[in-house]
Amino acid sequence: MSKTRASGRTVGGLRSLSLQAPAVSLLLLWMLVPLGMTLWFSFQRYNLLMPEMTGFAGLENYEFLFTDPALWRAIGNTLLLVGWVLVITVVGGTLLAVLFQQEFPGRGIARVLAISPFFVMPTVSALVWKNMMMHPDNGVLAWLARVFGASPVDWFSSLPLTSIVIIVAWQWLPFALLILLTAMQSLDDDQVEAARMDGAGPLAVFFYITLPHLKRAISVVIMIEMIFLLTIFAEIYVTTSGGPGLATTNLAYLIYMQSLLDFDVGLGSAGGVVAIILANIVAIFLVRLVARHLEN
Amino acid sequence: MATLQLRNIVKRFDDTQVIKGVDLDVNDREFVVFVGPSGCGKSTLLRMIAGLESATSGDILIDGQRINEVGPAERGLAMVFQSYALYPHMTVEDNMGFSLKLAGVSKEERRRKVRETAEILQLEPLLDRKPKALSGGQRQRVAIGRAIVRNPSIFLFDEPLSNLDAALRVQMRIELARLHEALDATMIYVTHDQIEAMTMADKIVVLQGGVVEQVGSPMALYHHPRNRFVAGFIGSPKMNFVKVTVAHAGPAGVEVRLPGGVNCEVPVDGDGVAAGTVLELGFRPEHIQLDVGGPLEGCIEVIERLGGLTSLYVRMPEALITVSADGNVEHRVGDTLRFGFAPDCAHLFGSDGLALPSLHRHPLAALNRQDNRAISMAGSQ
Repeated sequence: MSKTRASGRTVGGLRSLSLQAPAVSLLLLWMLVPLGMTLWFSFQRYNLLMPEMTGFAGLENYEFLFTDPALWRAIGNTLLLVGWVLVITVVGGTLLAVLFQQEFPGRGIARVLAISPFFVMPTVSALVWKNMMMHPDNGVLAWLARVFGASPVDWFSSLPLTSIVIIVAWQWLPFALLILLTAMQSLDDDQVEAARMDGAGPLAVFFYITLPHLKRAISVVIMIEMIFLLTIFAEIYVTTSGGPGLATTNLAYLIYMQSLLDFDVGLGSAGGVVAIILANIVAIFLVRLVARHLEN
Repeated sequence: MATLQLRNIVKRFDDTQVIKGVDLDVNDREFVVFVGPSGCGKSTLLRMIAGLESATSGDILIDGQRINEVGPAERGLAMVFQSYALYPHMTVEDNMGFSLKLAGVSKEERRRKVRETAEILQLEPLLDRKPKALSGGQRQRVAIGRAIVRNPSIFLFDEPLSNLDAALRVQMRIELARLHEALDATMIYVTHDQIEAMTMADKIVVLQGGVVEQVGSPMALYHHPRNRFVAGFIGSPKMNFVKVTVAHAGPAGVEVRLPGGVNCEVPVDGDGVAAGTVLELGFRPEHIQLDVGGPLEGCIEVIERLGGLTSLYVRMPEALITVSADGNVEHRVGDTLRFGFAPDCAHLFGSDGLALPSLHRHPLAALNRQDNRAISMAGSQ
């Protein structure tokens, strides 16, 4: 009896359940109500511009959505955006973490400066990039191009998605750096020295010792960044508004356009459901990948 | 198979000098132990030999070649770390074969060499495991195996047993000694544990504050410590020190007055020592005899019974004396104890800490496989 009590399952089951209930029911409400409403709206005729058209729509919203080339474009953009930002932040973050782990004068200040972009809110950083860095007339990049005699690039019209990737990567690189730098600090110096005694040069140490050590931290970075990058919105809203055309429209922005620019709540909800499914597919792969690394 | 020479090695970190001019010769196939209290520079010295730390000045020679500027891998040494420093994501086999892999040895050759080594250390059943799945002693053996696979000219051990529990430490100590016999290699071993030093070494190097205090065979250090520090550091329990006054001194011996008023003749060369000088008399706990007619007397403060042996801590006016007695002594705390010591085994230390030279060499002092005369004593002016 005392054993079961210690586990808190059999004897205290009812009591602990009642204690858990408020938190669990709040979480359920928090998740289930919006999810249920989204699902419900996605099967409704619900356009704010046509208030007289109501009622059950069946799969009409979905049919419209899946036949709309914008959806596939948006999914493609989403995956491109997430993929490239992940590549840049993980590779760059790893290299910077190795760099900032070296002893050099002013390392503390350099670390703080390198991490600071993460503390700038997305709208502000997007504005800074739009008006001060990538502006074709007054931007720093345009000025640089002119210094070297090249013609300035109009970033947001000629390389729209690349520009967004650069901005988002600039924001998330510090996050990757922060996590990986912390992981670097737990790398046992003796291991590196043992590898050096075994004949490993700097490159071999990086590939055989440092990188395997960072594997777990890298999977954590990938998982967390993926969750946030799937829903990038502010940067696109502030800079390109999804354009030119649909060049920078990702799934989040498409849903915004449908429900709040076209006022078609039903269609927007259908898009939301697709986004949920996409996020879950990604999450399943991700959790498996990360779980495998976390086990070891 | 190699010799090592250190010539006036100095190491400075910023403004602090941690190694203050060390000279040392390590002969081929010798087992040399660096021993000293923590912070004495023994690990730094080892790391300089390994090439992980550079010497501020001085020469490091292996087989007569100066190797100060040679990288750690090219020196042909292997090191076993206190933390074992196994690569956690590699199997035991990959850990042991890592250096061969980097050297571009073929897979079959690598496998063969690793298996060979694993056989010596009885590691074969563990080859597919990761370090995490091993016990402390097994990890230690893998770390040693990783060193053996490289077939180094000199093995370096940095406090390899200090993370093991007491029983395992004794076992590994024996195993290491056996390994030294089997491999017939030069080994340098760092420890703060004088028992490890005494049991394994051909030659002990006692370090303190970055200076070599004495170099010699274990028995030479035990019976003929050069100074008070070595006398106190080597031997367990520690040597007792008592202030005495010289009654009469000459080349044939020194007669000193003990605290109780009794005189005692110690067979050391007292040439030039004036009567009335205050010296320190050192005698080991195990050289004390309980004797109701003995010259010394004190009150027992603490008794530690180890079973076979009993340590008695006896309060004398100026010092707390440790006495190693038989396990069956029936004394109690508070008893007054009279005892004497063997003057032949006693030492006298001057105010500079140096021991007055003994008149007779202990017969066991020369007991080691290597010739001690090749050793230059650094720090001895």
